[in-house]
Amino acid sequence: MPWIDACAADDIDEEDVIRFDHDGRSFALYRSPDDSFHCTDGICSHEHAYLAEGLVMGYEIECPKHNGVFDYRTGAAKRAPACDDLRTYPVKIEAGRVLVEL
Amino acid sequence: MGKRDYSMHGTDAARAVEAGLAAAEWYHTDVPRKEMKALMTRADQPALRDTALLFAAMIGFAAAGIALWPSWASAPFWLAYGVLYGSAMDSRWHECGHGTAFKTRWMNDALYQVASFCMMRNPTTWRWSHARHHTDTIIVGRDPEIAIMRPPEVLKLALAFIGLRDVAQAIPRMLLNASGRLHPDEATWIPEQEQPKAIRAARVWVRIYAATIALALWTGSFLPLMLVGLPRIYGAWHHVLTGFLQHGGLADNVIDHRLNSRTVYMNPVSRFIYWNMNYHVEHHMFPMVPYHALPALHEKIKHDLPAPNRSMPDAWREMWPALRRQMQNEEYFLERALPPTAKPYRLALHGAPVPAE
Repeated sequence: MPWIDACAADDIDEEDVIRFDHDGRSFALYRSPDDSFHCTDGICSHEHAYLAEGLVMGYEIECPKHNGVFDYRTGAAKRAPACDDLRTYPVKIEAGRVLVEL
Repeated sequence: MGKRDYSMHGTDAARAVEAGLAAAEWYHTDVPRKEMKALMTRADQPALRDTALLFAAMIGFAAAGIALWPSWASAPFWLAYGVLYGSAMDSRWHECGHGTAFKTRWMNDALYQVASFCMMRNPTTWRWSHARHHTDTIIVGRDPEIAIMRPPEVLKLALAFIGLRDVAQAIPRMLLNASGRLHPDEATWIPEQEQPKAIRAARVWVRIYAATIALALWTGSFLPLMLVGLPRIYGAWHHVLTGFLQHGGLADNVIDHRLNSRTVYMNPVSRFIYWNMNYHVEHHMFPMVPYHALPALHEKIKHDLPAPNRSMPDAWREMWPALRRQMQNEEYFLERALPPTAKPYRLALHGAPVPAE
């Protein structure tokens, strides 16, 4: 599967998330407190809400609509009403750019 | 629109889905990401302080009530205890259900369980019904938490102040759940994997109430029931007084919280009991902002919202005549004026023609 150039690494603050749309789909790109980068589906698995509008706390993302929580490193749902895991995607950094394998 | 059908399986439920009102994209005031992130930041300290104060006050009032029991001199202490049990716990249930009261998750969960018990709201069922309330706020047939249905009925509204309607529904529902079954409406919003939790909680509660009743019978005194259970009735009035103002008299079947929710400035005691939910437009627009940050959020976005009511009496003076009119004509609602600095209501989404650009 191709590696897609999503954004500059500096576009994402530490312990934060941004939205990345590609090919008609929406993804969420995260920068963790230990400066690692991660990517999940961009829309909550519970109901339609963009996770990039939510709050990153440590290694978790909280959905802005109903406060469902996911571990963005694994996609695991951690708190109701989120019950279904998010899909995750491999991420690498090259020359200061964030690349996602989609 | 004819007579509204508020059931989750009725004609209005189907109509809301057809009209695109279910799980729709709602209006949000623009707030820069960095500012919103700061507002959403969690903390333990404000809720630890408020929770310590709440439980200390409850213990103090209950102790005074017990000491003076059965004299009428105990009544003021029971009234104060009752408001904290039957009204302050409503806002604690609400805030902890959102997971925003504390930064530490187990603290949220612990207070959520206690508050759910006090309010006789099954912690699983109501977590899901409240999620639906936020997805489909005041959408008829979709929102299971519409407090004032149209046309309003005076007797029902009056009974709410003494918690009788809620308790009359909660006890049979608790017994139904404890028997291992869910109401068909509950099954529409609780995912299957979560349903056993609702049944487990109901079974624990039945044991607690059975023990309380047994203690009352054994001692030949109402006192155990004054502490557990009855405060949900005699202390409910404050959460109804404030809660009716959240959406009462305003529009339904719209997808802009400025049209269906009300922000009201309140006195500090009511704000403590209500945990700042008087900033209700702000809460619905941004449910991730903790209660203690709502005043700051209000300052940031009030240019885009209808002017808040100046006090509880002011808000009731606005709402009550609207409810009276809805008793005659259920189509009536208050459309609150926006300030010139606000973005206009999105008429295209509310059944009116799109104005020319």
